[in-house]
Amino acid sequence: MGTHNLEELFQQKIDKEVKIEPKDWMPEAYRKTNLRQISQHAHSEIVGMLPEGNWISRAPSLKRKAILIAKVQDEAGHGLYLYAAAETLGQSREQMINDLHSGKAKYSSIFNYPTLTWADMGAIGWLVDGAAIMNQVMLTRTSYGPYARAMVRICKEESFHQRQGFETLLVLSKGSKEQRAMCQDAINRWWWPALMMFGPRDSESTNSDMSMKWKIKRKTNDELRQQFVDMIAEQVKLLGMTLPDPALRWNEARKHYDFGEINWDEFWQVVKGNGPCNKQRLDARRKAWEEGAWVREAAQAHANKQRTRTKAA
Amino acid sequence: MQQALLDYTLYLADSALILGQRNSAWCGHGPVLEQDIAITNITLDVIGQARSLYQYAAQLKGGETTEDTLAYLRNERDYKNCLLVEQPNGDWGQTILRQFFFSCFQRELYTQLTKEKDATLAAIATKSLKEVNYHCRWSSEWVLRLGDGTPESHTRLVTALENLWPYTGELFKAADYEIALGLDPAPLHKNWFSTVQSTLEEATLSLAPLTSCYMQLGGKTGVHSEELGYILTDLQYMQRTYPGCDW
Repeated sequence: MGTHNLEELFQQKIDKEVKIEPKDWMPEAYRKTNLRQISQHAHSEIVGMLPEGNWISRAPSLKRKAILIAKVQDEAGHGLYLYAAAETLGQSREQMINDLHSGKAKYSSIFNYPTLTWADMGAIGWLVDGAAIMNQVMLTRTSYGPYARAMVRICKEESFHQRQGFETLLVLSKGSKEQRAMCQDAINRWWWPALMMFGPRDSESTNSDMSMKWKIKRKTNDELRQQFVDMIAEQVKLLGMTLPDPALRWNEARKHYDFGEINWDEFWQVVKGNGPCNKQRLDARRKAWEEGAWVREAAQAHANKQRTRTKAA
Repeated sequence: MQQALLDYTLYLADSALILGQRNSAWCGHGPVLEQDIAITNITLDVIGQARSLYQYAAQLKGGETTEDTLAYLRNERDYKNCLLVEQPNGDWGQTILRQFFFSCFQRELYTQLTKEKDATLAAIATKSLKEVNYHCRWSSEWVLRLGDGTPESHTRLVTALENLWPYTGELFKAADYEIALGLDPAPLHKNWFSTVQSTLEEATLSLAPLTSCYMQLGGKTGVHSEELGYILTDLQYMQRTYPGCDW
């Protein structure tokens, strides 16, 4: 059977909503796109531990500390499932990590922004996890089986994180003048970067067409972004706060919120590595990996010795 | 008697919290993802223990006291944690060994407390013991790996042993409040030492050079190392900066 036929059969499966599994035939570009996307997603979970981890030592109550630690640990768990899902496409976790450290692989740009106050923990949960969920709910139906299944688990935890984030801000919004100011300031700083998480406009997006055809994606960047704006524009009212966009208003004809233009120059600068924390985030990941090298080697050496001892016995 | 019970409960709570605060710095920075998750589990367990103990202490103290006023608004000299838990994380070897010493101690201590007449402490000990058994297993497995692994890991573990051993004596030296409550920890030393010694031997480490080691004391009565001030500065930052707020 020629490649042409295989591709036709492959597309038929996709069209019939049959999941693609690791041992199934798939076009090389499909494998590569999934590998790139899943590993990028895994890296985002791991790098994403850093900005929130920054507040673990200073969390304002024991309950908040425990919640925050558990949340950051959940991200590590997500990273683990996603690396495992990506490995089914034929690349080792170590190789993926090396690609992250060399700068070859990307992660979500949102984590290149700093967490300056406690309110950022709420804003990240509400806005950043909220934006991520839009994408992830769609991905529970993505065509690659291991990715879709990982997403089902991850989505449950992420939606919990989003509620926790909102609740963190809700407490601040009902608190002292300083707490309310801290809440508004965090929303102001995280709103635009959160909108950028959906990626370039559809007209500028290079990977979109094939991803839609192969049902890796089911909604476009702009559709997801609009859905997010519509949701947050309503929720922010419950906080008694505002979104930092003078152009934001309900459009009765479209039945959607209109909103202002993203600063695309900033978007591309952060993607290229010029965000406020790109260097710090990558440095922290490299440092953890390098300083852990002797530990990993020791564990391996001990395991090898154990095996030899068992054989000898 | 009530004061002794309060002090003792705070000693247990502070030790668990400070260890949790120290360990939590590994979250996101572990040597490999699975172990990042594992040490964070332990962190969550000990912070959970601290919370139960502080809640009990708050009840004993009465008035407006809460778990958070106890954790966030007491000063260095009021903290009663043992010196061992406030020692720096150092490398993974030092963190592991600190955990191993402390978890093995907690196992003996909580086992003793499960038979205690104070029902609340006995209940907290019973619940925590399940977690502590796992912490002992996990940390002892790592002591073996590192001691037996490579020449580098062996050397690092020897250094950690030299750094931490002087802080192990305090665990078994009774403070006034322990004497008042009839909870002398000295008898716990025998089992603790035998576990520690056999694990270290299996990991090809020797305690012989440390037999005459001078033991540091003070944490349990509020005389700490210079480390604690910095730990509390970080821990208490929000409550000190924004007094009287709910979070």
